[in-house]
Amino acid sequence: MVGAQTPVKKATKPSQASPTINGKAVYTQYCMPCHQIDGSGVMNMNPPLIKTTYVLGDQTRLINILLKGYNKGVVIDEDEYTNPMPSFSYLSDTQIAAVLTYVRNNFQNKASAITAAQVKKVRSSK
Amino acid sequence: MRTKNIAVYTLATLLLFCFAFTKATKQDKDPQNAGLVLPAGFTASKIIENTGRPRHIVVTKSGEIYVKLFRLLNGKGILLLSDDDKDGKYTVKSSFGNYAGTGIAIKNGYLYASSDEEVFRYKLDGNEHVIDPDHPEKIITGLLAGKQHQTKSIVLDNDNNIYVNIGAKLNSCQEKDRALHSPGIPGCPLLDSMGGIWKFKADRLNQSYSQGERYATGLRNVMGLDWNQTNNTLYVMQHGRDNLHSSWPELYTDKQSAELPAECMYKIQKGDNAGWPYIYYDQIQHKKILAPEYGGDGKIEGNKNYIDPIVAFPGHMAPNGLLFYTGNLFPEKYKNGAFIAFHGSWNRSPEPQEGYYVAFVPFKNGMPSGKWEVFANGFSGLTEVISPGQAQHRPCGLAQGPDGSLYVTDDAKGSIFKISYNR
Repeated sequence: MVGAQTPVKKATKPSQASPTINGKAVYTQYCMPCHQIDGSGVMNMNPPLIKTTYVLGDQTRLINILLKGYNKGVVIDEDEYTNPMPSFSYLSDTQIAAVLTYVRNNFQNKASAITAAQVKKVRSSK
Repeated sequence: MRTKNIAVYTLATLLLFCFAFTKATKQDKDPQNAGLVLPAGFTASKIIENTGRPRHIVVTKSGEIYVKLFRLLNGKGILLLSDDDKDGKYTVKSSFGNYAGTGIAIKNGYLYASSDEEVFRYKLDGNEHVIDPDHPEKIITGLLAGKQHQTKSIVLDNDNNIYVNIGAKLNSCQEKDRALHSPGIPGCPLLDSMGGIWKFKADRLNQSYSQGERYATGLRNVMGLDWNQTNNTLYVMQHGRDNLHSSWPELYTDKQSAELPAECMYKIQKGDNAGWPYIYYDQIQHKKILAPEYGGDGKIEGNKNYIDPIVAFPGHMAPNGLLFYTGNLFPEKYKNGAFIAFHGSWNRSPEPQEGYYVAFVPFKNGMPSGKWEVFANGFSGLTEVISPGQAQHRPCGLAQGPDGSLYVTDDAKGSIFKISYNR
């Protein structure tokens, strides 16, 4: 039964909406207050999302930042950003995949999409 | 004759063109008043650029400037700037101190400077030069510093005491900081060691919490603070809480969350409690409102015993510097009034950001005597700031020069502005 349910979810969720549009809406509601409309962040506080290894690099680390929050200082181009980020684990796998795909393909970024299946996998591995 | 006329005409056109071109180029390089918009009669210039992240500053009697840096520059956290040839442009004369930070002050022959955990002092000679830059006295140590509001602003009174801000490491003392619907921790435990102003002796070594006194509490984070010489009283500017909408979207719209709560100026007496995290000041309702983390809904008032602000500015503008003007250069209305350097907001999105200017509040007998106004604008270089990264300059520290001019640091691009008045 469990095995039969999983493929059904995989098949339906990505087709529900265009990930790009979805991602922007999620970004605007949950991320923009701190990371700003252009992903430029806030000096000393909230890190920029423009061409950083956190956004473009290890996808598991990136997914975990949203699922678990982030409470460590981040150094980007010699500047440290130290405001803590709360967990967004209450967002669905689809929402997290959509917003990460949006971030990875905006703000001068160009990187592969993140899928809901990837988020689900990281979430279940804890 | 005709040829001559044409020649004159051509020459005139050429000269006009050259003049216009030169003027345009000059304006690009060195715009009038360094790009600042000021009241009539005031002038401004950039006295130095590229000093890293200058925060608070102090000017000596001879017009030299000590700058505290938020990030080390060539391994040093304090700069001494001077203008030896008096051309109005300053250069770095020396640098010292292996710690970054924000606070700096001069009092009774000593330079005081803070890291995020400690306060040091350096004995000055007759020229107000540091005698031994490598061996300061450590007067305060072991102060807590979180990942936000960690900087320690300092000011001294006239009775050998130093006041240090210890900012709270959380936005609103929630169980999960800045998270959706996260409640406030009952009896916010941070307040015994953060979220207030602590008082220490200015000349005693290695003091920490047990040797100090919690002078005022319920202050989320104070960066701008000053000692008012007319009534021997401490005044502070609080950075108000963020995230009303993002943590409590059912209670606050984007627009409300952009305006609320007020950035407050408080007149502080020993033992005062300004109410953070339990209340915030709503400058539209003119009330102390119970924080949503502690059962508030945007309307219920909180405990009336918390002190009221004496000036309530719009939200999130980030008052990083406060200075009572004691000089004689500026017109009479500025005497003993308060200048506030607003670093500029970030927590107003999706609304446009606000601040990025120096404001002024006239004072009489230690209390505001009129409405606040924008004094120096144009730091951002934009008519509207959408995200703070767009701003060219961000005002941070304020100091008064021996001639009565006002100095403003910019910790985004490392410029320092001097504002003067033509009598």
